Amino acid sequence: MPQQRGAPPKASADRLGRLLNLVPYLLARPGIAVADAAAGLGITEQQLRADLELLWVCGLPGYGPGDLIDMVLDGDRVTITYDAGIDRPLRLTQDEALALVVALRMLAETPGTGNRDVIERALAKIESAAGDLADAPVSVRLPANAERLDRIRAAVDRGHALHLTYYTATRDETTERTVDPMRMLMVGGKAYLEAWCRRAEATRMFRIDRIDAWSELDEAARPPAEATPADVSDGVFHPGPELPLVTLRVGRGSRWITEYYPVESVRPDGDEWLVSMRVTDLGWAQRLLSSVGPDVTVTGPPELLERIRAQATTALDQYATPDR
Amino acid sequence: MSRTRTERLVNLVICLLSTRRFLTAAQIAATVPGYEHDPEDPKDHEAFQRKFERDKAELRDLGVPLEMARPNAFDDELGYRIAHREYALPDILLEPDEAAAVGIAARLWQHAGLAAAASSGLAKLRAAGVEVDPQATLGVEPVVTVDPAFGPLTTAARERRAVSFSYRVPERDEPAVRRVEPWGVVCWQGRWYVVGHDRDRKASRSFRLSRIVGNVRLTGRAGAYQPPANEDLIEHVSRWSGPVAHNGRATVTVRPGRAAGLRRWAVDSTAGADGDVLTIPYSDPDRLAATLVGYGADVRADGPPELREAVIQQLKEIVARHENVAAT
Repeated sequence: MPQQRGAPPKASADRLGRLLNLVPYLLARPGIAVADAAAGLGITEQQLRADLELLWVCGLPGYGPGDLIDMVLDGDRVTITYDAGIDRPLRLTQDEALALVVALRMLAETPGTGNRDVIERALAKIESAAGDLADAPVSVRLPANAERLDRIRAAVDRGHALHLTYYTATRDETTERTVDPMRMLMVGGKAYLEAWCRRAEATRMFRIDRIDAWSELDEAARPPAEATPADVSDGVFHPGPELPLVTLRVGRGSRWITEYYPVESVRPDGDEWLVSMRVTDLGWAQRLLSSVGPDVTVTGPPELLERIRAQATTALDQYATPDR
Repeated sequence: MSRTRTERLVNLVICLLSTRRFLTAAQIAATVPGYEHDPEDPKDHEAFQRKFERDKAELRDLGVPLEMARPNAFDDELGYRIAHREYALPDILLEPDEAAAVGIAARLWQHAGLAAAASSGLAKLRAAGVEVDPQATLGVEPVVTVDPAFGPLTTAARERRAVSFSYRVPERDEPAVRRVEPWGVVCWQGRWYVVGHDRDRKASRSFRLSRIVGNVRLTGRAGAYQPPANEDLIEHVSRWSGPVAHNGRATVTVRPGRAAGLRRWAVDSTAGADGDVLTIPYSDPDRLAATLVGYGADVRADGPPELREAVIQQLKEIVARHENVAAT
C-alpha cells in the first residue's frame, strides 16, 4: 500500500513499467494505429513515439541487429517483429490484485447489477491469474432491497422517464415528481437513483428505500445538457456554508451522532462535546435533535431553540387534557 | 529517470530473462550497456555497486521477481536471473462482457492509491490482449472507498502479522491502544471493519476502520498466528445489527396531512375525530417515543400507556433542558 512506503520515484518507475507493458501490448495488436495505441495506453502519441525509439535500442546481449527489439513503423501503424523475450506483461503486484479483486467483489455484491454471474466469472479468472495474491483477506456484503432495486434498474436500463412518489426526510413530506434517470449507484451501503428532477429543475439523488411508489412513463428519459453527475467520492451530502449552522451540547451517551451525521466541528467541554453541524432544513433538525436522546441540548441558532421549546410545550399540552 | 537509466533497466530485464544461469554482478556489468566501469578502481567499482543496488531496488518495487542464488558450488558471489514463469502474467481469457466488468471495477475506486493500482493492473490485462470497452456501464455502480487503515490491515491479515493501533470510541474521551491479530477486513452496510483476535481481551473482536486514529503498526513476525478455519468474518460484524422484531402495536393520532415520515411506518390508518389514527409496529417504546417526540404537536401517542408515559417524560425533559439555554 502506498502509505506504507516512503515516496517512491514515481515518474521513473511508471516509465519503466509502461515500457515493459508496451511490447506485449503491441505484440497482441499487430498493425495497430499509433494514435489508437496511444489512446488505449492513456499516453500522448508523442510519448508513445519516444517510448518506441527507446525500445528500438534495447534487446538481448550482443545487441546486434538480430538481438534488438524490432518493429515495423509503416506510416501510422506499428507492428512488433521481435520482442527480445518480453512477450508478456509483468504479473500483477499485490496492490493491483487487491484493488481489482476487492472492486470486483464489491460489484458482485451490489444488488441490482443484473449480470452477477458475469462478474463472478471475471472475478474467478482474475483470481486465478493473480495466484496467491488474489487471496485477499477482504469480505464484502452490501444490503438492500434487491428486488425493488432490480425492477427500478430495469426501467432505467430501458431509458424511460419515471414517475416517483418520494419521501423527502429533510422536509418530512411525500411528493410526486417526474424524473429523467441518469444513473444508479451505491454509496456507503445505500442505493441511489441520480436523476434530473423536472419539478426541482435540477439533478437530485433519490434514495431507493424512500421511493414509495413509481411507474415507468411511455416517454424517453432526456436529462438536459446541464444535468451532470455529482461527485460522490466523499459521500452524498455536501453541506455548503450557506446552510444554517446548528450548535449542540452533546452528552456522552449521544456522541455517536458525530459518526452518523456530517459535523463541522467537535470540541470537548468537560464531559460534554460542543458540536456544530450544517443542516438543510431547521424542521429536520428539530425532529432529529428532539429524538436523539436525553443528553442533547441545542444551543443555536435561536430560531431552532425556540422551535424545539414551542413544539415540545404544545405537544405536552395535548396530554394535559386527556380528552382533547 | 534519465533515458539512459530507463534503457539500462530495460536491457537488464531482458538480459536476466534470457539467461538460465545466474549471472553475477561482474558478468552483468560486462554485458549490459550502462554498467561499464573499471573494477580495479575502488571508487569506480563502488559507484557501480551503488548503481546496481538502486537498479535492483527499482525492479523489485515494480514487482519484477528477481531470483538470487550462487551460480555454482564453487562460487561465493551471488548471481541473478528472472524466471519467465514467475515474471509473466499467466494467460487470461476474458469474454467481452467479463472484460467490461473488470474495466468497470477498476474505475470504482475513489481511494487514490488503490485507484492507481487498479488502473495499472488493468493496463497489464490489456497488454495481455484483453480488450476493455471503456464505455461499458452496469446498472448499479458502487462507489468504493476505504479508510487509510485498509492497506496496512489487509497486508497484516495476509501475512498473519499482529498489529497495534489507537482506537477512538465516541463514548471514551481518549483513544486506547488495541493489540490485534487481524483475520480479515470486512465491508458491511457500507462501513469497513477489521475482525481478529484481541490480544488484551483474549477474545475475537471487530473494529471499525474509521475509528482508528493515526498509523497501524505491524508488530512481530509474519505467520505469527493461525486464523480460525472457515470463519464467516461478516457474521462477526453483522450479529450486532440483526433485524429487530416489531411486535408491539402503538396507536397514534396524526394531524391531517402531517408527519409524512411516520405514516410510512403505519400498518393501518383510519380517519378519526381529530386526525388520522395510525397503527405503528414497534419494538422498544422508548425508541418509538423519541421518534414521536420529534413530530411535536402533530402527533399524539394514545397507547399503550407505557408509550404515552415515555412520550410525556421525554417531552418534559426536552422542555427542561432547553428552558434556560442562552442561545449562542
